Order: sequence, then C-alpha cells, then structure tokens
Amino acid sequence: MSDPFLIGDSLSGGYGRGVDILHSCTISVNEGEIAVIVGPNGAGKSTAMKAVFGMLDLHEGSVKLGGEDISHLSPQDRVAKGMAFVPQNSNTFTSLTVEENLEMGAFLRRDDISGTLAQVYELFPVLKEKRRQTAGELSGGQRQQVAVGRALMTQPRVLMLDEPTAGVSPVVMDELFDRIIEVARTGISILMVEQNARQALEIADRGYVMVQGQNAFTDTGEALLADPEVRRSFLGG
Amino acid sequence: MDLLNAIVAFANFVMLPAVAYGSQLALGALGVTMIYGILRFSNFAHGDTMAFGAMATILGTWWLQAMGVSLGPLPTALLALPAGIAATAVLVLLTDRLVYRFYREQKSAPVILVIVSMGVMFVTNGLVRFVIGVDEQRFADGARFIITAREFKELTGLKEGLAIKSTAMLTVVVAIIVVALLFWFLNRTRTGKSMRAFSDNEDLALLSGISPERVVMFTWIIVAALATIAGVLYGLDKSFKPFNYFQLLLPIFASAIVGGLGNPIGAIAGGFVIAFSEVTITYAFKKVAGYLIPAWEPQGLVQLLSTDYKFAVSFALLIVVLLFRPTGLFRGKAL
Repeated sequence: MSDPFLIGDSLSGGYGRGVDILHSCTISVNEGEIAVIVGPNGAGKSTAMKAVFGMLDLHEGSVKLGGEDISHLSPQDRVAKGMAFVPQNSNTFTSLTVEENLEMGAFLRRDDISGTLAQVYELFPVLKEKRRQTAGELSGGQRQQVAVGRALMTQPRVLMLDEPTAGVSPVVMDELFDRIIEVARTGISILMVEQNARQALEIADRGYVMVQGQNAFTDTGEALLADPEVRRSFLGG
Repeated sequence: MDLLNAIVAFANFVMLPAVAYGSQLALGALGVTMIYGILRFSNFAHGDTMAFGAMATILGTWWLQAMGVSLGPLPTALLALPAGIAATAVLVLLTDRLVYRFYREQKSAPVILVIVSMGVMFVTNGLVRFVIGVDEQRFADGARFIITAREFKELTGLKEGLAIKSTAMLTVVVAIIVVALLFWFLNRTRTGKSMRAFSDNEDLALLSGISPERVVMFTWIIVAALATIAGVLYGLDKSFKPFNYFQLLLPIFASAIVGGLGNPIGAIAGGFVIAFSEVTITYAFKKVAGYLIPAWEPQGLVQLLSTDYKFAVSFALLIVVLLFRPTGLFRGKAL
C-alpha cells in the first residue's frame, strides 16, 4: 500500500508541560478519502486531530503531509501547506458577514477567489442567500456551513473538522454529511472527529476508534460498523 | 421672535460647541476603541499620543509659517498634518516594538497592558513637555469666523448672534471625512476586513492565515492618524496645552465606553452623547430662559453645574452606563 497523504505517526504528547494525553496514536488519511475518529468522551479524539494540526506539544512521533515532514511547522504554516481546520467552537467571525467570513478564509491567496466562492455557494446554497447577513445571525447548522466554507476557501488538500455536527438537528446533520462526501469527491482528504459515531462511520473510508489516547480499533468504516466488539462497546449494540 | 432668539442663542452656545467637541471626542474615542478591539487593552497613553501628534503638527506648522507658506482662509496646520501623522506613527510603532510587543508575546493579561500603557503615557507626556514646554501654544491661522455674531445679527435682524468659528466647521468636516474613510477601510478593504476578523476571533484569524503583527501594525498607524487629527482639531478649536490632552482622557474613555468599547459606531455616538451632556449641563441657560419665559427673572445663571465640574459629567455618565448597561449603547465588549 502506498503511503497515506496525511499521517500522524505514533503521536505522543499533551498540552504544554502537562501529562501526555496521546500515547503512540496513529491517524492517517488518503487522498480524497474520509477518515473519522470516534470514541468515548475524553478518549483524546479532538486532541489527536489537534496534534496532527500542530496545536499540541509532541514528545514522540511525526506528522507527514504528502511525504513531507511537517512536525515542526506551526498551525499557521500548515494552513499555507494546504491544511484547513474547522474548530468545534467559535469557528466563524460572528460580526462579519457570511461573504466576509469566506473572504477571510482565502486571506492567504493572492489569486482570484471568485471561482472558489462560487463553488462554496454551490455546495451551500443557503449561504449565497444570506451572504450579506452577519454570521452571528445564522442558525447553528448554517454557521457550521460558514465554518466549513471558510476552510474550503483556502483550497485545502486536507480538511479537518472537529465535531462538525455538534449541536445541530439530525436532519441538518445528514445534510452536512452529504456535503462532506461531496467535498471529498472533489479530491480533498477529510479528517474528522465525530460524536455521532454510527452515522460518521457509515460515510468513512477509514475509521479510528480511540480509547484513552490510544488507537483501539482501526479499519474501514464498514468493517468497524460490522465488528461485534466495536458495536457492543461504542455503538450501543 | 423671542423663540427664534432662544433657538439661536442655544445653537450658538450649546449646539455648535457640542458638535465640534463631540467630533473631537469621537475621533479620540475611535482610536481608543480600535486599540481595545484589536490589541485588547485600554490605552491610557491615548491622550498623550494626541498631544504628541498635535505637537509634531504644530512644529511643522511653525516651520511652514516661517517659510511664508499659508493655506489662505484655512489653517496652515492642515498642510503639516500628514507630517504630524507620520511622526506619531513612528512614535507608536516604536513604542509597540520596544514595549507592547514584549507583553504581547508573554500573552500578558489586559490589566497589565493597561498599567504598561500608563507608563507609556507618562513617558509620552514628558516627551511632549520636554520638546514644546508646558505652556499654551497658538498655531491657528487663516480666517477665524465663517460668520461672526455681528454679521449674523445684521443679516437676520435678530437680537442674538450666531457665530460660526471656522475651526469648529473644519473640525466637523474633517471628522466626517476621516470617519467615512475609516469605515470604508474597515468594511471594504482586505486589510480592514482582516482587522475586524482579528478583533472578532483571534484564533480563527490565525487559522485563516491572517498575520497578527501586520494587523497590529496597521492598527497603530490608523490610531496614530486618528489621534493626531483629533489632537490637532482640538488644538485649533481651543488651544494647545499638553495638560489639556491628559485631561481629555476621561471624556474620551467615557465616550468609548458609553458607546460600547470595540464598536466604532458606538465610539462616535458616545463622543456626541458625552459632548452634548457636558456642554448642556454646564451651560448657563439664563439668556435662553429669558427669551422663552419673559416673565421669569431667575436669580442665578440657571446653570446645572459650574464649568469647573465638566469632567464630573463624563464621569457620572460613565458610571451610570457601567452600572446599567456595561456593554454600552451599541453593544461593545463588556469590560
């Protein structure tokens, strides 16, 4: 098997000088695929993703993007390398309009952004309708769309989503997942952390079940859903 | 006729001075609010930054006057203004590099930065007095009035005169232009939008690749321009005295807080609220009252508060707003 496009290889580390939260945890995603990290609360799912994005102090392990070692780059530099991150909370500029939010996503770009803007509006038609409203006036689900749209504006090669469906209704969640699949089809790799394990694994090419900062199970989403042990422990039967 | 006289007297002694003073406060408060919104601390050195900007402009004006340059009816200070802004920008950028950046890198609490800014205030304060002295300086030239009280009386046949000082008019016109430019910059340009984004959500701004040092630099340059313009307009309209600028700090902060810290529209509104309150409350209404109620002959001046206490007005308003609406009239950030 060829090397995955993005890999966080045997990562160990924690925040600042605190204790290690991750213990030799490996997360990877192939080009144009969806990788999902699931697991119980406090398992270090978000932490693992932040480690891949450089928001954590690593003691061991390395992060490689397209074969290049980026372990020592700051999150900002990783953005320039083609990684986009959508945090779980306060992931929009609430006092800016929807369109300004998207423009800020493309801040590093010097070329014409109107094409990408049109693509984002095509993906999330509701945003085009509300492009002159401030993001703070939108509903939770619409705000998540703004957040994902902002990240897409950087034309990333990897899109990282921290619980994109937290706090949105099941209908909106299904729609967001559909959009995420669409994004992956355009060749962008997606790495996301999800609470709604079952739905997330259904769309995942690759699934990671994490427990206490370690990889517990790693397989295709389908296989994990079928695995009786995973079902019993994490998916509620 | 008496009603007209009352209106003219009110306009002459309350409206016009308050509009001019309000414009000056609004420009000052805009600077304070921008520092608060983007650098996240209350900049106590702002009054003295204004004094420095005004001083630099005055030195330039004197030089131009000595060279025989003049703008005709407009004050020569307008010509020296760009140089004053440039000098002030150099000062604040240098201060940022030498002082504030250190604390920014330490991620110091805002309260520490406030104390640091007080230190900067004292140094700037001393610098200005060292260069230009503590005395009052006059640098206004050009036409003093657009219309004098006597001309107005002859023109309208009213008993009361309405004098429009050219500096007051200039203040309002310049303030409108500056505010329009500032809002255009913040809402229409890439850099301006990135400054708003940075003020809104610093972490997300970093994730979008917005460079904090660039945002901070632009903020200081804009603040230097706002402070210098406000300082020069105040100096032209009243007179330049370093101590006055130190005292302006209270009404300026009151304006920014009353309007809502971090909110530019709030800063402007706050400036006018404070200015109108101050002027109205300290104005002796005897004359106006005399026209409106001829039968009433008041014993005193019908003045709510002596002008000596004008700062008490901003202070009282500040406290009332902080007690009942801490985010200000336009929902800025809570203190």
